[in-house]
Amino acid sequence: MTTARASRGSAVVMTLYLLFLLVPIYWLVNMSLKTNAEITGTFSLWPLNPTLNNYRIILTDPSWYMGYVNSLIYVVLNTALSLAVALPAAYAFSRYRFLGDKHLFFWLLTNRMAPPAVFALPFFQLYSAVGLFDTHIAVALAHCLFNVPLAVWILEGFMSGVPREIDETAYIDGYSFPRFFTRIFMPLIASGIGVAAFFCFMFSWVELLLSRTLTSVNAKPIAATMTRTVSASGLDWGVLAAAGVLTILPGALVIWFVRNYIAKGFALGRV
Amino acid sequence: MDKPVNNRAWFLVLPVLVLVAFSAVIPLMTVVNYSVQDTFGNNQFFWNGLGWFQEVLESDRIRAALGRQLLFSAIILAIEIPLGIFIALNMPKRGFWASLVLVLMALPLLIPWNVVGTIWQVFGRVDIGLLGHTLAMLGIDYNYVNDPWDAWATIIVMDVWHWTSLVALLCYAGLQSIPDAYYQAARIDQASRWGVFRYIELPKMQGVLLIAVLLRFMDSFMIYTEPFVVTGGGPGNATTFLSIDLVKMAIGQFDLGPAAAFSLIYFLVILLISWVFYTVMTVQRDRT
Repeated sequence: MTTARASRGSAVVMTLYLLFLLVPIYWLVNMSLKTNAEITGTFSLWPLNPTLNNYRIILTDPSWYMGYVNSLIYVVLNTALSLAVALPAAYAFSRYRFLGDKHLFFWLLTNRMAPPAVFALPFFQLYSAVGLFDTHIAVALAHCLFNVPLAVWILEGFMSGVPREIDETAYIDGYSFPRFFTRIFMPLIASGIGVAAFFCFMFSWVELLLSRTLTSVNAKPIAATMTRTVSASGLDWGVLAAAGVLTILPGALVIWFVRNYIAKGFALGRV
Repeated sequence: MDKPVNNRAWFLVLPVLVLVAFSAVIPLMTVVNYSVQDTFGNNQFFWNGLGWFQEVLESDRIRAALGRQLLFSAIILAIEIPLGIFIALNMPKRGFWASLVLVLMALPLLIPWNVVGTIWQVFGRVDIGLLGHTLAMLGIDYNYVNDPWDAWATIIVMDVWHWTSLVALLCYAGLQSIPDAYYQAARIDQASRWGVFRYIELPKMQGVLLIAVLLRFMDSFMIYTEPFVVTGGGPGNATTFLSIDLVKMAIGQFDLGPAAAFSLIYFLVILLISWVFYTVMTVQRDRT
C-alpha cells in the first residue's frame, strides 16, 4: 500500500519535472509554426493558423541550411578525431602504470576545465597563422581541447571494467596488439565507444564561442548564423524559432540511439 | 590497483599528447606571452613584468565580476545537486517509461547553448513569451531586461532547466548499481525511508555525486553563451560573469595584456578549485 502511494508520488514529481523541461521547448515549437504577425499580434497557446513557411525559408536558403551542414561536418570530424587518439591513450591509462601517468591524466583533465573564453583569442591567432581560419578542420581541432580529455576519461572508465585476463589470454594465443585491440577489445567496449562518441558529438554540437570565433563564411555553424540574424533583423521570431527547433532534432536523434547506455554513460562508466 | 609498470605505454599516449599540445599548450603560451608585455601597436611589444596582473587584481570591475561568478556557482550547486538527487530517486526504474523519461530528460543537454538562451529569452518576454505573459497576467512586475533581480532569477531558472538533468542522470546511474539485496536487508531491519536514503543510497551515489559537483562547478564557472544571449550581461553589469567580461576585453576591446593576465588568473582559480575536488574524489575512491 505504501509502495503504491510512493509510486504515485513519484509519478507526480516526474510529471511536474518533465512539464518544466518541455514547456519552454513547446513554446519554441509553437512559435515556429506561426507567422510573425500572429506571434506579435495575438497571444495563443497553440498556432491558430499553423504554417510551415518558417521552415521552408530555412530549408531553401543556402545561407541558412549550409549552417547545419557546416556544423555537422566539424562535429563528425571532431568525434572521429577525438576517438581515434583517445582509444589507445585510454587503454594505456587503464592497463599500465608509467612514468608520470597520474600527472598526465590530471593535466589532460585540466584542459576540460579550461574556460573557452581564455582560448578564443589565441586560437584565432594560431589558426589564422597556419592558414586554417574559417575551415571545418580548425573548429574540429579546437573542440579537441575539451573533447579528447573527456573521451579519454570515459573510455578509461569503461576499459577498466573489462578484466585484464582477457588481454593476457589473447596475447598468449598469439594475437598482436593491433589485432587484439581492433578484433577483440573494441567490440567488448562497444557501448563505451558509443557513449564517448555521444559526448563528443554533444559538446561539439552545443559549443558556440570557439566555433563562432574561428569561422566567418565557409564553415560558419548554424548557431552563429542564428545570432547574426537576431542582431540584423531583430524581429523575425518565426524563422528564429524554426532554426532553433531544427538544432534540437540531431540531438534528439542521437539520444534515441544511445538511450540504453545513457545513464551509465553520464556516469562516465564509473559506477 | 596492481597494474604492471610499462613505460612503452607512452607510445599509446603520444597521439593525445601531440594533439592536446597543439590545441592547448601553444595557445596557452601565447596568453602567457601577452600577459607580461605591453604594446603601442605595430606589433612592437616590450616587457611589462607583472603590471597587468596587478591591474587586473586591483580592478573593481573584475572583482565584482568574480563575486557575481562565485555567488552564481554557489546558488547553482545549492539548487541543482539536491534537486537532481530528488528527481533521480523518483525516476521509474525500468521498462518503457524509464527509457522515455531518460530521453526527454536528456533533451535540454543537447540543445546548442545559444538556442537555450534564445528559448528562455523568448519564453520570458512579457509580450510574446508564455512565462512573461503569465506572470504579467498574475500581476507580478516581471521584466528581465530592466530589473537585475528578474534577470538573475531568469538565468538561474534557465540553468536549472538546462543542467539539473545531468545531475539526475548521474545519480540515477549510481542508484541503478545498488543490488536488490541491500534493499531487502533494509526491509528486514525495518529501516525508514530516510534511513535507506542516508545509509544505502547516499553512500552508493558518492562517486557519481562528486563527478556531478565537479562538472557543474566547472561549467557554471565558465558560463558564457546563455546569459550573453538572454541579458547580454545587463541590466548594467548585473549579470556580467567572468567569461562575458573576458570576451568583452579580449575580442571587443582587444586589450591583449590585461585580458591575458585575466585569463591566466581565471584559469588558475578554476584549476585550484577543481584540483581540490579531484583530490577528494580520488582519495574517496581509493578508500572504498
